[in-house]
Amino acid sequence: MSLLDSFLVRAVLAGLGVALAAAPLGCFVVWRRMAYFGDATAHASILGVALALAMSISVFAGALAVALAMATTVSALSGRGYAVDTLLGVLAHSSLAFGLVAVSFLQGVRIDLMAYLFGDILAVDRTDLALIWVGAILVLALIRWRWSALLTATLNPDLAYAGGIDPRREQMVLTVALALVVAAAIKVVGALLIAALLLIPAAAARPFATTPERMAMIAALLGGVSACAGLWLSYRFDTPTGPTIVCTAAGLFALSNLAGLVARPRA
Amino acid sequence: MSLVDISGLTVRLGGQTVLQDVDFSIEPGEIVTVVGPNGSGKSTLLRAIIGAVQPVAGQVRRQRGLRIGYVPQRLHIDRTLPLTVRRFLALPSGVAEAEMTAALAEAGAGDLASRQMAGLSGGQFQRVMLARALLSKPDLLILDEATQGLDQPGSASFYRQIERVRAHLGCAVLMVSHELHVVMAASDRVICLNGHVCCQGAPEQVASAPEYRALFGTGTQGALALYRHEHSHSHDSSPGHDHDHGRGAAE
Repeated sequence: MSLLDSFLVRAVLAGLGVALAAAPLGCFVVWRRMAYFGDATAHASILGVALALAMSISVFAGALAVALAMATTVSALSGRGYAVDTLLGVLAHSSLAFGLVAVSFLQGVRIDLMAYLFGDILAVDRTDLALIWVGAILVLALIRWRWSALLTATLNPDLAYAGGIDPRREQMVLTVALALVVAAAIKVVGALLIAALLLIPAAAARPFATTPERMAMIAALLGGVSACAGLWLSYRFDTPTGPTIVCTAAGLFALSNLAGLVARPRA
Repeated sequence: MSLVDISGLTVRLGGQTVLQDVDFSIEPGEIVTVVGPNGSGKSTLLRAIIGAVQPVAGQVRRQRGLRIGYVPQRLHIDRTLPLTVRRFLALPSGVAEAEMTAALAEAGAGDLASRQMAGLSGGQFQRVMLARALLSKPDLLILDEATQGLDQPGSASFYRQIERVRAHLGCAVLMVSHELHVVMAASDRVICLNGHVCCQGAPEQVASAPEYRALFGTGTQGALALYRHEHSHSHDSSPGHDHDHGRGAAE
């Protein structure tokens, strides 16, 4: 009640939830050079939104299902003659296109496509908020549980095998976590900007980090700051909220690199 | 019993048969070197032993409870991943500080614990990799072209470190190498691989085997002469490899 009645408080909480879950995942996205993986999963989720609306199921479920299917397809197809970025390009853009076409078939359903492409954090309701936080906690728990195995598999698949870890399973864990975050975040920052929220705070955290754990924590902090400051800026200057959050994160990225240059010239 | 016993191993990767009907075993304390041209399945054999590739036929039997220390061919650590040597060694399951210090010292990398992995030189990096492999107190140390990218003194010094480690821990060593003249003298047994086992035996036996010469010899008379020349000298002297080379060239 009371506090959660304010759309601004709900927006802040939603932003924080997404930032928190995106941070450690974003670090893996950076380390494993899979920036486009996040992009592709996010674009595919538009198709999920369209299907969800057509079948009147929850947008979260639709986006999650398609994001998962997409991520699994890429994992399964990679290493079969196409470079991963080619596969991602084919799947991402075609599923976005199929999504947009599918949306046009939806008779009688008025949907604001812009809301799913760019997100509408100010329209987050309590159900969304619950979904975001449950999703975030699930993702954080999953990542924390698999942390060492994920790190080892990220370093080198053979090193993982020698240590009794199956890197394909860890890839699947990341994929599922990524799909969860995308599905939870689509309403907050929208499909086009989810990848930005994954990548930018993690990249901004790099100059200050000496261990992977610290990088994830700093990324969470920077993501949280971006969400809060972005919301405030967008409120103050009446700018679109999702993009403003990403702009704030980008500003932090620039600042952190400047600070990194000054503090550690050798880096 | 053997540490690893492989029989009739056939591995197919991407539709191509990389290994065909390979029999192989390694005994406790042995140093075995696998040589062979590019694409001969050397790395694949090692990866089959650690369980990273599944055979389409044959089987790989590891001794029950066998501990393997693995140093992969080349490990690129992305600069975006901040990782100290200490943290790297503790992956995936955590290690006591004292054990870590001991392993680093054993590998000749005692002073590197708080350095960033991405900032190490090639030789330092390989020593850290060796330390990591030693942490598991291996019965079998597997090195996949561990000296790739090191210069000749660097490789020689790395192999001397391996010999010290073997002498101290008594583990078996299985390695793959291109640097025949450096490695073969230190090995108990050499296996010449080209999709199948061409020949195997003591280093000097293999060096003079016709199968080995057929693989490495034809068309490179000059280089082969140098190699053979060195082998004929290296087994009657202590393993001072750089000196062998110098002497070989001078003669």
